[in-house]
Amino acid sequence: MSLKGNIWIPRLLTGTSVIFVLLTLVLPLAVVMAEALGSGLDLYMRAVTDTYTAKALHLTLAATAAAVVLNTFFGLAAAWVVTRFSFRGKGVLSTVVDVPFAVSPVIAGLVFILTFGRLSPLHPFLEACGIKIVFAWPGIILATVFVTFPFVARELIPVLEARGTDEEQAAALMGAGFFTIFRRVTFPHIRWALLYSVILCAARAMGEFGAVSVVSGHLRGKTNTLPLHVEILYNEYRFADAFAVASILAVAAIVILAARNVVEYAAHKEEETNVR
Amino acid sequence: MKRLLPPDAASGARRPSRHFEDTGETMRRKAGSRIIPGFGVSLGITMTFISMIVLIPMSFLALQTSSLGWSGFWSAALDPRVLAGYEVSFLCSLTAALINCLFGVILAWVLTRYKFPGRRIMDGLIELPFALPTAVAGIALTAICSDKGWIGGALAPLDIKLAYTRAGIVIALTFITLPFTVRTIQPVLERLDRVYEEAGLMLGASRERVFRKIIFPEITPAILTGFGLAFARGLGEYGSVVFIAGNMPFKTEIAPLLIMSKLEQFNYGEATAVALVMLLVSSVVMFFINCVQSRASSFIKE
Repeated sequence: MSLKGNIWIPRLLTGTSVIFVLLTLVLPLAVVMAEALGSGLDLYMRAVTDTYTAKALHLTLAATAAAVVLNTFFGLAAAWVVTRFSFRGKGVLSTVVDVPFAVSPVIAGLVFILTFGRLSPLHPFLEACGIKIVFAWPGIILATVFVTFPFVARELIPVLEARGTDEEQAAALMGAGFFTIFRRVTFPHIRWALLYSVILCAARAMGEFGAVSVVSGHLRGKTNTLPLHVEILYNEYRFADAFAVASILAVAAIVILAARNVVEYAAHKEEETNVR
Repeated sequence: MKRLLPPDAASGARRPSRHFEDTGETMRRKAGSRIIPGFGVSLGITMTFISMIVLIPMSFLALQTSSLGWSGFWSAALDPRVLAGYEVSFLCSLTAALINCLFGVILAWVLTRYKFPGRRIMDGLIELPFALPTAVAGIALTAICSDKGWIGGALAPLDIKLAYTRAGIVIALTFITLPFTVRTIQPVLERLDRVYEEAGLMLGASRERVFRKIIFPEITPAILTGFGLAFARGLGEYGSVVFIAGNMPFKTEIAPLLIMSKLEQFNYGEATAVALVMLLVSSVVMFFINCVQSRASSFIKE
């Protein structure tokens, strides 16, 4: 009996895994591309450069940018306060940060409809000010921010937690101010974690469907994001157009995935050289 | 190697509440002034954001429920069509999570233990379902599984239908939740000390017995956590499922879709009732994950 064991088991398991990954992950990607280009390049270009597609792309980019900027800002503040200080209610605070993860996207959308929609006590006030949130772009941005809310904080908290506060305390005792400490002491340790939490946040914000679908009201050219535009085209049986628009998102997803792997590799490499 | 888990999969092991035990430091900190600057500002920013994005909107959900009243709530939440919706969501998420437990273990094992060409690419691809928008996944899977699709077409002569049945919902949910199980099991397998396995083999245990008695107990908490995360995500998933499900009432209509269609009829009260039941179920699942995590970590401490 050797330690190697039966040589067929590794082959069988590897084969199963490869087939499973090909079927579940690679095949859908291939289908998107095949269906998008299946009706010819002309049709593809027309669908991709359509005015409504451009407007949807615009809104998707705006919502993604807003989610990334706001959640990075919030994530840094939340991670700082949760890991650098002890105070009453810290446990509750970090639980509340996680709430958006426990909530189905559709429910997230519903919550914003209840807050700003027709039935809300806030509605007369918003009406008087002429502010439209639900069924307009501010609602889409709010829903996207809600769904991606915990991403940055969740990624940074364990990293900062693991490093402890000694270095920051030393710097503070030597008279460094907040920004100096953050820039010189804290930031170098968290930049990789920050970068890939931002990448993840962007991926999720770009693809958010359920929450955005609820608050959008599906006004084409006004409150349509790219995923919603895909749905509308698909439901109108314009399959080639739907897949063409979907291919933009699929390519973006692949780019994001590649970026994430590069960042992980770079972080890993830096860690190794630091250890040495 | 630091794995990139999505923050939601980064679950309890890193939950800050567990790092509370440094009471000595806490006492000292409370007695004196805080050394590190920025407490007031960062707390202020955090609280403002949490109130505006999470607390205030969620409180409107509670407000809407209270205006609904008990009888209204129950009749909406326990309507036969809604009950059928819970059943579809529950069974399909459960099946998908179980499938992913099996393949999660196999994939995590293969990725950590074997070297083969394309391993890195496969490792990178695992997170595709997180990066690919759910609507894109939905239409792609529907195209594959429909009667004219690459797989659906091959199965059509055998009279097996995937698209527009519960099997289709399971396929979509399996795709969406695959990374949760793989990425919770994989780091545990990577950290596992091979010494015990080797000792077991040297003492004459079969490979199968070593897996059953040594490796499996080690990864059980990770499997359970991955299962819980996948299940919770599956319950709430909407984008990928609506395309492939066919959305037949009582048959393939999922609970999130019921909320959606009630909203489209401006029936906010009933939508809120269904949403609350779903929130309750997902809170129970999250609580279960926390219990598994804290049991596992207390085990390690001993």
